[in-house]
Amino acid sequence: MPAPQQRRIIFKHIDAPGYTNDLACYVRHGGYEILKKAVTLPAATIIDEVKKSGLRGRGGAGFPCGVKWGLVDRKSGKPIYLVVNADESEPGTFKDRYIIHQDPHQLLEGIMIASFANNVKQAYIYIRGEFPHGARILEQAVAEARAANFVGPNILGTSYSCEIFVHRGAGAYICGEETGLIESLEGKRPYPRIKPPYFPAVLGLYQCPTIVNNVETLCHVKHILEMGGDTYAKIGTPNNTGTRLLCVSGHVKRPGYYEFAVGEITLGELLNEVCGGPLPGRTFKAVIPGGSSAKILKFGETFTLKNKDGSSRTLTVEEIPMDFDTLAACGTMGGSGGVIVMDDSVNMVEALANINAFYAHESCGQCTPCREGSLWMKKITARMVHQQARSEDGALLKSVADQIAGRTICAFGEACSWPTQSFVAKFGDEFKGYAETRKEPKRADALELV
Amino acid sequence: MSAAISSSMNLKPATLLRIDEVITHYPVKRSATLPLLHLIQEDVGYISEEAITWVATKLELQPINVYEVVTFYPMFRQKPIGRRHIKVCRTLSCALLGGYKTCEAFEHAFNTHRGEISPDGEVTIEFVECLASCGTAPVVLIDDDLHENVDVAKAKKLSDQIKSEASQRR
Amino acid sequence: MIAPLKPDLITVNIDGKEIAVPKGTNAIEAARLVGVDVPYYCYHPKLSVVGNCRMCLIEIGMPAVDPATKTPIMDPATGKQKINWIPRPQIGCATNASPGLHIRTNTAQIKDCREGVMEFLLVNHPLDCPICDQAGECKLQEQSTGYGRGYSRYVEQKNFKPKRTQLGPRVMLDDERCILCSRCIRFCKEVVKDDVLGFIDRGSYSTLTCFPGKALENNYSLNTVDICPVGALTSTDFRFKMRVWFLKQTNSIDTESSVGANTVVWSREGVIYRITPRPNDGVNDTWMADTGRELFKAVRAPNRLTAVKLDGLDTSLEVALNSAGAILKAAGRTVALVGSGRSSVEEHSLARKLAETLGASTHMVSRIGEGDRMLISGDRNPNVRGALVVGLIKKLPTEKLTALGGAIDTGAVTVVVSLGEDLHAAGLTAAQLAKVKIIYLGTHADTTTKAAQVVVPTLTVFEKSGTLVNQQFRLQKFAKCVPGPAGATDDLAVLAKLVVTAGGTATLGDLPNVWASLATTVAGLAAISYATLPDTGLLLDSTPFASLPFCEGETFHYQPAATTATMKV
Ligand SMILES: Cc1cc2nc3c(=O)[nH]c(=O)nc-3n(C[C@H](O)[C@H](O)[C@H](O)COP(=O)(O)O)c2cc1C
Ligand code: SF4
Ligand code: SF4
Ligand code: FES
Ligand code: FES
Repeated sequence: MPAPQQRRIIFKHIDAPGYTNDLACYVRHGGYEILKKAVTLPAATIIDEVKKSGLRGRGGAGFPCGVKWGLVDRKSGKPIYLVVNADESEPGTFKDRYIIHQDPHQLLEGIMIASFANNVKQAYIYIRGEFPHGARILEQAVAEARAANFVGPNILGTSYSCEIFVHRGAGAYICGEETGLIESLEGKRPYPRIKPPYFPAVLGLYQCPTIVNNVETLCHVKHILEMGGDTYAKIGTPNNTGTRLLCVSGHVKRPGYYEFAVGEITLGELLNEVCGGPLPGRTFKAVIPGGSSAKILKFGETFTLKNKDGSSRTLTVEEIPMDFDTLAACGTMGGSGGVIVMDDSVNMVEALANINAFYAHESCGQCTPCREGSLWMKKITARMVHQQARSEDGALLKSVADQIAGRTICAFGEACSWPTQSFVAKFGDEFKGYAETRKEPKRADALELV
Repeated sequence: MSAAISSSMNLKPATLLRIDEVITHYPVKRSATLPLLHLIQEDVGYISEEAITWVATKLELQPINVYEVVTFYPMFRQKPIGRRHIKVCRTLSCALLGGYKTCEAFEHAFNTHRGEISPDGEVTIEFVECLASCGTAPVVLIDDDLHENVDVAKAKKLSDQIKSEASQRR
Repeated sequence: MIAPLKPDLITVNIDGKEIAVPKGTNAIEAARLVGVDVPYYCYHPKLSVVGNCRMCLIEIGMPAVDPATKTPIMDPATGKQKINWIPRPQIGCATNASPGLHIRTNTAQIKDCREGVMEFLLVNHPLDCPICDQAGECKLQEQSTGYGRGYSRYVEQKNFKPKRTQLGPRVMLDDERCILCSRCIRFCKEVVKDDVLGFIDRGSYSTLTCFPGKALENNYSLNTVDICPVGALTSTDFRFKMRVWFLKQTNSIDTESSVGANTVVWSREGVIYRITPRPNDGVNDTWMADTGRELFKAVRAPNRLTAVKLDGLDTSLEVALNSAGAILKAAGRTVALVGSGRSSVEEHSLARKLAETLGASTHMVSRIGEGDRMLISGDRNPNVRGALVVGLIKKLPTEKLTALGGAIDTGAVTVVVSLGEDLHAAGLTAAQLAKVKIIYLGTHADTTTKAAQVVVPTLTVFEKSGTLVNQQFRLQKFAKCVPGPAGATDDLAVLAKLVVTAGGTATLGDLPNVWASLATTVAGLAAISYATLPDTGLLLDSTPFASLPFCEGETFHYQPAATTATMKV
């Protein structure tokens, strides 16, 4: 059976010949028509459609978008803010980049619909600092949309007004975590907040109720309103609705970004057919399916999952459908949609050393386990690679990771320990035997990963 | 008062205009910290202690509030750098496709080390974390421009380009 | 006396023990009440909760209810309501008591959490406890014994950070020891509103610092040393002078203003080494000013009086007091008594007795400064209200002794008894001083002691016991920390003898007796004694003095009465 076809909703115009990122082109392709429809609807209807759609956040946690909107404190009398998470910094993830650079008005339309539905008068797009052109493109797009009365005071002749401002980060992964992002937007060190009590829906930006949504999530909102929540919910699989953007990088013939109905494609189809399989002469060894924080999958391992009717089924890595729930059942996650592939040329100690360096560099340093643990894990793997590996290092790494996960202020604690936990659990032999591996002569041309 | 400090900062009039405009984006002035630091760095090249104090005064903060922020974010620098800033992605997807070699190629071409200004003053090379373009790894950000699939050969080509631009300028 | 409000009590269960606590009580505090220790570093009851150290992790659960029927779900095994435990540990410092809250601190998971945090805190810690000034007071050292694993698995290179940074004139920082709990930063920002400290860089390389050119120099800087849970912040004055476990602690009161911050005085073998704040939620929370910590230096000041003098020559106390008695008796009704706003309540009461015996007029000088809106008020006399309460004075003290000066000029006053006040500084001229005989009881030499006929050295607040009444009309006690110098006599004993030599009825100059008499003679002090006075003091009825225009402006836990609000300094 051939792999399912891509279903391009969000990426409909990405890389399309002749499609440009200006307002005129967007409007030519039917742009802002859904916003025009939205402002004629009661806000509650829009929220209902999003609830019905089953849309789950595309930023990493997969939290149902409609539920999130439902949690917003609307009684406080304080302004409600929308913060668009365009920090795209989970390694392996590169989807929002293309929306921002090539189709910014799609995002703005989604933002305005979400803002209208939630009575937001001020939205901020927090874009990572390393997208300088992206920030300029968004600013230009906002200016165009404002001039055309899609954004700003009394949009489309209604009494509804909403401003959008673009805010640039400056090189910090933790600004992707929603409360770190809020602190950063407030001009402080992006130290994630403790929850409770600082749930953004109640005490977010400036201690006001705040919605934080990913770029892709907000784009979906536009299409949900266009086709209706129920119709949208039919795309994909139950509880895993709609399409999602998958980003494939690493050791495949055709890395890139693809859009599929959630769960319609398996990991094997994605890698072997869509991405053309392994590089010549190589075989797949391992894959991280949802951004570098997701637990690694080892080709050859199998997962026995319970079916609803009580029976069970066994899946190989290749057979895993790319949906939130199945990936979670297999002990990993769909996360941000970043699929990182490693072939048999890779030594897992070295790959982990690379990942650990990332997390040690990005830990905000606020809470003890993550601050000290992430650096410790980095130091262990770096020592193994550059100086001396001990047979007990794998067990030590796992134990350090176990002392972090679940005990920190923010989910970075899990993000930085899941790689170590899963690498050591699944490739324990490589950690045990690394001292010997290092001495092998053929290692001279090994990939440098750290 | 702010005029007096700004003249000592030697910011361009356009920068000052944008600074005053961007502060209006937020109900709380402190939020303008990152935008102001970006604008100043774009104008002056780096963030001096004087600039930190200036931003603090402008936003009615204490200098430590701004200092805490400047030192947290790797994109802000407290010292001048080379004429061009070469940021090579270090993270996994790029490393899997030779990112470390790419970085070494740049270092070699400019006879320098990561984090230093090259002897000719042309570049500062740096490793940075994932640039969200992993599908076209290895990637390199040179000033504001992203370069994709930068293997060793392409790194050499880019280096040559920078050098020839430099010699034309001289 | 003001009755506490009846709080809204709810029941929580901690390690199986039920306790009723006010709703919202912090889980760490609630556990303390049932004798369960929840270790912590970053939490401080007087600062915002940031939850960064993760030492206080606990398990929490709530009684299970059927979501549809709202009826309790019972656990068949125990016959009690089932508890839904949250699998993920939560921080105690950000957990507030709600009805039915269940807390577990004694599980394997929590033990493992604490061991983990302890290990992490130590991996980059220099472990130089033998040479650390905080030894004995270090929560890290203390808790590593209680909650640590006891061995190290760390073989990597430790981080290097600045070892000796002078943060300000009184505070030193060792960044390698700092555990980044941010207590000091929050204190400066939230309590002093002097945002000078901050973290720079990130992750494990985060470093506490001031902005270059700025310093931690506010008058509360030493509180950061007190609250630093490890030896990262140290007092430059106290640094390495004495191991704390050798020191004796005595409760005292900061006498630099009418705030009356509660303090502990640390001494050894008669020598005071430092003063630190003592918690009192009604007065100073857990803070005190740096200036108040220096007051003990007066004990060994070069101008300390140690010799009894009669007409400038050394003599015995006996002789001096008899001569004083003779002078007073001879003066008839021309004696004036200058009390001091620094004297204790007990001294005020004996002074009143002396004045009554002699038919003397009473006077007092004010010490007005600028209040800092925190723990130093505008009234730099610590016990003016005490003098009002015992009736030594009826009006507020005056800036200068102008009336007394006039009385001296007319000859209406020929003898002045000064209880430690420098009469010259208080406005009397040299000519006026020369015109009268002066009997001086005090601690330090000044212009007046030179002019006095009789000088009797007495004790500082550190060398005697007594009580003071602060600006809130809170009666607070201080206790003797160190013996007075040879040659100095307790003020009460001197005053009692003076009363007798001046022809009054015999009084015993000791605290129990003075209090026995106060309780019967002063309406507001009935049923109070020194021995039973709580450590946090007792609020007296201030209504009899409500019309007096007190000078204090707002400080912590003090709002001036509306009528005097306009006089704020
Ligand atoms: C360490 C960390 C990094 C994150 N980075 C990002 C990011 O770069 N972009 C993003 O959209 N969400 C990121 N998230 C998730 C956000 O916290 C948040 O869940 C998300 O923006 C919510 O949007 P959604 O509900 O639309 O997915 C991150 C979370 C964590 C814990
Ligand atoms: S878990 Fe890590 S990133 Fe999150 S707050 Fe703690 S130190 Fe910062
Ligand atoms: S110096 Fe002390 S109080 Fe301040 S952050 Fe460090 S450990 Fe905490
Ligand atoms: S890893 Fe280099 S761009 Fe993502
Ligand atoms: S006391 Fe530090 S996290 Fe609770």
